[in-house]
Amino acid sequence: MRDRSPRPGLFLAGAVACALLVAACGSGKPVKFDTQAFATAIFQPDQFILAGIGLTVSISVISQFIGIVLGVFGALGRLSKRRAARWLTAGYLWVFRGTPLLVQLVFFYFGLGAVHLYDWNAIDVAGITIPGAIQAGIFALGLNEGAYMTEIIRAGILSIDPGQMEAAKSVGMTYGQAMRRIVLPQAARIIVPPLGNEFNNMLKTTALLFVLGVQELYNTFVIKQGNNFLPFEMYLACALWFLLLTTIWGVFQGWMERRLARGTAGSEPSSGPGLGQRLFGFRGGEPDVAVVSGGR
Amino acid sequence: MTAEIGHDLLDVVGGVPATTVENVVEAVDVHKSFGRTEVLKGISLTVKRQEVVVIMGPSGSGKTTFIRCLNHLEKIQRGSIMVNGHSIGYRPGPPGAPLREDSEKNIALQRRDIGMVFQRFNLFPHKTALENVTEAPIQVRGQKPDEARAVGKALLARVGLAHKADAYPTQLSGGQQQRVAIARALAMKPALMLFDEPTSALDPEMIGEVLEVMKELAREGMTMIVVSHEMGFAREVADRAVMMDDGVIVEEGPPVAFFANPTQERTRSFLSKIL
Repeated sequence: MRDRSPRPGLFLAGAVACALLVAACGSGKPVKFDTQAFATAIFQPDQFILAGIGLTVSISVISQFIGIVLGVFGALGRLSKRRAARWLTAGYLWVFRGTPLLVQLVFFYFGLGAVHLYDWNAIDVAGITIPGAIQAGIFALGLNEGAYMTEIIRAGILSIDPGQMEAAKSVGMTYGQAMRRIVLPQAARIIVPPLGNEFNNMLKTTALLFVLGVQELYNTFVIKQGNNFLPFEMYLACALWFLLLTTIWGVFQGWMERRLARGTAGSEPSSGPGLGQRLFGFRGGEPDVAVVSGGR
Repeated sequence: MTAEIGHDLLDVVGGVPATTVENVVEAVDVHKSFGRTEVLKGISLTVKRQEVVVIMGPSGSGKTTFIRCLNHLEKIQRGSIMVNGHSIGYRPGPPGAPLREDSEKNIALQRRDIGMVFQRFNLFPHKTALENVTEAPIQVRGQKPDEARAVGKALLARVGLAHKADAYPTQLSGGQQQRVAIARALAMKPALMLFDEPTSALDPEMIGEVLEVMKELAREGMTMIVVSHEMGFAREVADRAVMMDDGVIVEEGPPVAFFANPTQERTRSFLSKIL
């Protein structure tokens, strides 16, 4: 019933060809494409590119992790019996979902630093020096992501049959035990597809840290094209590196979803969304909804 | 199809739980409303140790709500409920004083001793049959995993499901799921078992295997409150049948007399409908 997923390699080749074609039609002047510089940036990445990739991935993973942790507490706060907790989380969501991430980034780094509320001095963690800009970037990305994860995790918890919480309580579990052992593990299955999309987004959003002067993947290529005056080749290479990262993530996510589907109704080993769907914008939410009713 | 239901169900968990109190349940003048609708209008019921009580009544009569109050899955607005000699859900106070809800920890502590079986089973779908049974003993009672697994396997064997220990709930039939649910409740060594319409979500051919387990439990001396319209079960093992209608107890008595000569018109008309 579902289309076979396109082959990623084929897609990449097609994309490059299209880009060149469009460029060639653009003006009367002959198009110069520095194949050498482009191929080097892709197949023989230098230490700056590798460092940029490392930084982008580490910042994404740490920020996403912070976002998930904040999201769990945020969701529990939103669903809390205590009014104060509900209001606190509502305020948090209101601010962080209602303002641009870019503004949050510059506010936390330049703003707080300028009035000396927090100076973002470099700190050492396990022998690695983390500059203030990266700390501020992770701080803002994590807080921002937490607001979105709150809504995702809350929806996941609400999708679990209330009978599960009752059954857990009836055998003597406290609310916390029931959440941790019974409700959240089941909600995780519902949460994983949108979480995957969030992380896909996170990988790309780290490019904004360019404005704080962080030398992540995007900034690396900004500097490169400034040096070699080859913006076409460099930005294309930059895009391909991001595409590679999100592709690897897409494959991993599909594997994880199939693993989590164990023990649920209608979960065939191959029933996860295809790679093509994962990468090219079709959301994987729809086939996973059936899993919710698996408890009966 | 008859399941091989073993005897000595309770021996697996160390025999009939030793309760010192004579009355396992003492509910007095229980009132409960959902918004403006009063669903329990002053229910008083005492259940003695090892007694089996079957509650019947038309849909909407409040029978399910009432047994859910007995382990505080529902709050009450007035009255008092004592289970195993302790006030459940609310701090003890003088009669008539405003109810003050107990701490979450205390409520959880009391629920350990009250087993509940639900209409829709409510097994944990991400855990195997055996894990469903061992989860609470390990997490709540702090039992050693090896020990809990041994007890869990023995319990599953006694409800005729030794071969299904590693199956997930979705791989089990309704009757099998409900038997796992009973084993899950028994693993906590409860002093009281509540059954909320345990067979009404089952296909007809699976009702027998679940009732068989419940009868065995009753014979072994478990204190039970069963919301059910299963007349055969009531006749065979119940000590008392209770008729509820519109939030009050209309009639109660030994099952034989209850079914043969109901004294109340409402009981008569209800029984004529379910027979």
